[in-house]
Amino acid sequence: MIGRRLLDSKPLCGALGAAGLFCVLEATGRTGLISPIVFPLASTVLGRAVELATDVDFLLDVVSTLGAWALGLLLTVVIAVPAGFVLGTLPRAESALRPILEFLRPIPSLALIPLALALFSDKFDMKITLIVYAATWPVLMNTLYGLKDVDPLAKETLRSFGFGPLAVLWRVSLPSTAPFVATGVRLASAIALIVAISVELLAGGSDGIGVFLIEVGGSPDAMVYIIATAIWAGVIGLVSDSLFVLAERRIFRWHTARTEVV
Amino acid sequence: MLEISNLTHTYGSGPSAHNALDGIDLTVAEGELVCIVGPSGCGKSTLLRSIAGLLRPTGGQVVLNGSPVEQTPDNLAVVFQDYSRSLFPWMSVADNVSLPLRRKAMDKKQRKDAALEALEQVGLESAGAKYPWQLSGGMQQRVSIARALAYRPALLLMDEPFGSVDAQTREELEDLTLRVRGHHNMTIVLITHDIDESVYVGDRVVVLSKAPAGIVGDLRVDLPGPRDQITTREHPDFVHLRAEVGRLVRGMRSQPASASQ
Repeated sequence: MIGRRLLDSKPLCGALGAAGLFCVLEATGRTGLISPIVFPLASTVLGRAVELATDVDFLLDVVSTLGAWALGLLLTVVIAVPAGFVLGTLPRAESALRPILEFLRPIPSLALIPLALALFSDKFDMKITLIVYAATWPVLMNTLYGLKDVDPLAKETLRSFGFGPLAVLWRVSLPSTAPFVATGVRLASAIALIVAISVELLAGGSDGIGVFLIEVGGSPDAMVYIIATAIWAGVIGLVSDSLFVLAERRIFRWHTARTEVV
Repeated sequence: MLEISNLTHTYGSGPSAHNALDGIDLTVAEGELVCIVGPSGCGKSTLLRSIAGLLRPTGGQVVLNGSPVEQTPDNLAVVFQDYSRSLFPWMSVADNVSLPLRRKAMDKKQRKDAALEALEQVGLESAGAKYPWQLSGGMQQRVSIARALAYRPALLLMDEPFGSVDAQTREELEDLTLRVRGHHNMTIVLITHDIDESVYVGDRVVVLSKAPAGIVGDLRVDLPGPRDQITTREHPDFVHLRAEVGRLVRGMRSQPASASQ
């Protein structure tokens, strides 16, 4: 009974799953099923990941990637949210730009690296530009979607009290769209991290998690380093996503509470 | 105070055009509570939206206190049927009520006091800090009414205001409307499809025909006051009037001995 109740806790269940996978991987290495020379032992990788947490070089690279990630995400919000509002409130502008947007959207941002390399002399500027490019889409699309979802009766209510179009945009459309924008930003944050590390890896530079991966690639136990670094990249992504989800639930309690009731 | 003359409205044009209002003439005196009743889909809401300035009618004129309605007039408030969509879920109840007051020359404290006073009038003085979605349907519609009351409109429009609540709550809200109407000498136009409700609440019942809506009846309700859900509804005049209104709504010729005389 107690065991059943413990499994009801989702985080605990997840931790058990991770521990189980660790044990299986460790066992395949120890029993010789997969030779530790071909693929390092799970315990070796985990040990290296723990060591990395105190490795100043690695930490500086993490800080660098996170800095680019944060700046890129900030610029994305500053650009994509107002752009979404302009397109969402001016149907003609949206009709005019929609085909271009639909054409640009599916182009993977990594395919633009050669072009970006030719355009930018500074690696940091290039990284930020590609992050902004890739992260703009979910924010822009979610803003547009959210604006379409604004209840016409809510707008009409404010209009009936004599408020003008700008006041309706500010007091109804903006707050009503905000939860959708927040979801867009959360999706964009995951994309921004992936693009940041990928650009560092493919285009090089002076620092960043991707650059760290290139540097350790030459060492004798490169595989251990690479997997340990990947684990940290995963942890960073997971933590940032959870923080975003937590913030969304807190700030937009009215949104989740309503949709859960309905 | 409210004068509607030859109001017509047609949606669309060409063969698919839908004629919703057909030459409505109606005058409502200051302080009067007029119920407009008609079959579903007859154009009641089109009429209300034209009065509120939310819709520009294709013909005719609405004049409120001597000035023609072009846009939404300043001294008007609307209570919609769908309270859950009309109240803003991201704001507390008190903020919902005080929001329209930003249109008036009131500072924050005055707005807050006015909101609290209006919430007291509808019996929700302790719900100010809650969010609309934390309240029952009937309470949410009370908040909508409080929001309209706080605004102190000269004209209050109510569009099927009790159409989405249960029968018990409906009666409570009808009595609430009768109680608060005297507070600020408001003129009220209440749109409903409920015949009993129109007779119970109104000073006057205006009956609309099927679309395109025209006025087929205009009856004065002289029932002994104060009105009461039990005794008023069993009063012979009430029974007679509701039958009369019912016949008009169904498109039957009215009986000669009408209680309105």
